[in-house]
Amino acid sequence: MFTRRAAMLGVAVAALMLAAPALADELKLPRQKVELVAPPFVHSHEQATKQGPKIMEFTLTIEEKKVVIDEQGTTFQAMTFNGSMPGPLMVVHEGDYVELTLINPATNSMPHNIDFHSATGAMGGGELTLVNPGEQVVLRWKATRTGTFVYHCAPGGPMTPWHVVSGMNGAVMVLPRKGLTDRTGKSLHYDKVYYIGEQDMYVPKDVKGKFKSYESPGEAYAETADVMRKLIPSHVVFNGAVGALTGKNALTSNVGETVLIVHSQANRDSRPHLIGGHGDYVWETGKFGNPPETGLETWFIRGGSAGAALYTFLQPGIYAYVTHNLIEATELGAAAHFKVEGKWNDDLMTQVKAPAEIPPKPQGALESATKHN
Amino acid sequence: MLLALKIKLALAVAAGFASPLAVMPWLTNSTPTEISGAQQPFVEMQPGTLSYRAAGDFTHAGRQAAAPLLSVRFAKPFAIMQNQVSSADYQSCVDDVGCRPLNGGATVDADRPVVQVSWHDAEAYANWLSRKTGEHYRLPTDEEWAFAAGTRFKDDGVPVDDRDPSKRWIARYERESNRETPATDSKPRPFGGFGQNEHGLLDVAGNVWEWTSTCFVRTVLDDAGQALSRSPNCGVRVAEGQHRSYVTDFIRDARAGGCVAGVPPSNLGFRLVRESKPWRLRLALQAVIDGVFSIPAWKP
Repeated sequence: MFTRRAAMLGVAVAALMLAAPALADELKLPRQKVELVAPPFVHSHEQATKQGPKIMEFTLTIEEKKVVIDEQGTTFQAMTFNGSMPGPLMVVHEGDYVELTLINPATNSMPHNIDFHSATGAMGGGELTLVNPGEQVVLRWKATRTGTFVYHCAPGGPMTPWHVVSGMNGAVMVLPRKGLTDRTGKSLHYDKVYYIGEQDMYVPKDVKGKFKSYESPGEAYAETADVMRKLIPSHVVFNGAVGALTGKNALTSNVGETVLIVHSQANRDSRPHLIGGHGDYVWETGKFGNPPETGLETWFIRGGSAGAALYTFLQPGIYAYVTHNLIEATELGAAAHFKVEGKWNDDLMTQVKAPAEIPPKPQGALESATKHN
Repeated sequence: MLLALKIKLALAVAAGFASPLAVMPWLTNSTPTEISGAQQPFVEMQPGTLSYRAAGDFTHAGRQAAAPLLSVRFAKPFAIMQNQVSSADYQSCVDDVGCRPLNGGATVDADRPVVQVSWHDAEAYANWLSRKTGEHYRLPTDEEWAFAAGTRFKDDGVPVDDRDPSKRWIARYERESNRETPATDSKPRPFGGFGQNEHGLLDVAGNVWEWTSTCFVRTVLDDAGQALSRSPNCGVRVAEGQHRSYVTDFIRDARAGGCVAGVPPSNLGFRLVRESKPWRLRLALQAVIDGVFSIPAWKP
């Protein structure tokens, strides 16, 4: 007998199957494979798009490696996604699905996973992606929220902060399908995008005050945890090392060019400032559902988040992009440089008179006669 | 011996060349051979001419101007250390309470340069070494350093567009970014690790920037390009290396940079010039000394 209950159950099940396909095969969406690019650069992508949702395929390979983090040659046992600190920026659109293959090669020493702040459920995906050395896993999550979001390794307990401050973090940008807009809905377009991942590090020192070097992450853990617990970093760097985005590796732009600077800090607050410039449009919290603030001097990136700032350069020259705790910027390494070419705008700023000696005060005739230059 | 001492002093004063430095060695017991700093080899720079980009800032008619390229003539030879002052030598000065101790963690080596020393530290060492040896040691001037550096001295001139300051900033930044030794290679090497220049000096423009005695000077030029006035800031001195640097005199570690956005020196160290006494005076004084000592000791 076909009961009313069975019919209703059948309808419910059918409705569920239509609404939430559980297997990738059932999504019937086009697929696009993305080749990720090392920061500060970002893989090519559309901003506003006329295309429909896709399954965007990414691969991240975890690499534990010893790196040099400052000019004294201090070495550091880093844990990385794709070999860089931070890991690469992944760009998709609202409604896309991100299908990530996470590989933990047998050459690594520890289990790792990934937590996407942009994803929903399972600790951001952490519960579904724990892989031992020699294993890989595939996770798919739906990009339902627009904005810039941190991703990071989160194996659990005290391992989580340690992996994060060892370099295992990066960011995702989920763009609205119509691209970025200001509060009136006017379209905002960037000519260039840079991804700056800020990393706080906690490197132990020996009795003489020199930074210690270790042969493996495991060897470094106990003493590093002691430094971490004091909450004072020994290094705060952009792109993995002091000076990594300066000199020959300075970021470049031109007068009239609009640049989007995505800034992530997976663990600790930061206050970015472009010395000589501004944030024309800043999504300080990084979420494009909120209208950007305009004309900012310095903005705030909450630890555990990524933000985005849009700026059109108006003057040529050398700019420093820093966290405006200037001690961290100059002593701990949190500074990048922009080299911007183009024509100087005398109206915006001009040196009316070059520095010169302070002229003597007007005096009586006798006094000025005895005074000489 | 009191008479001999009085005669020595009287002669020194009478000769008119008396200075505490000239008199002192006859009163102390130490000889030059005990101070290794004075034992290190010196290069005798012969007279010559140097094409030299002037240091400091230049203005003309109230606007930024380019630094002039000067022709500097060295009429007399001068002696300059073949290698930078070693950390062991500097430590001797520290042990003798003539110099400020090095920062904790510094290694002491007889064959590596002392680094993380300020201009004041370099001056203190030069004065101490002079006192100990009776010679006159001092920091080189920027011109002397450039002359001794030879082909390793880099012209830091940039075209100055007084309507567009960004051009000189970018030109300087690009030039300083083209370092032969990357910033991460900052560990001091044993002497000779950066090779020898054509004058025989070791490690010029390696990863150690060397203090000079030259102050930061802002010069006002007239229409003909001649100096109208100079305002020096001797709290800032020229440090020379892969590029010219202006560093505040009490700074020991310039790695954090002095400017808002530039390429800072990896290490601060120094080498010294030895002033020679005029040779005729040397002979005259030597003859007098010989004469004095040939008089038998006289007891009052």
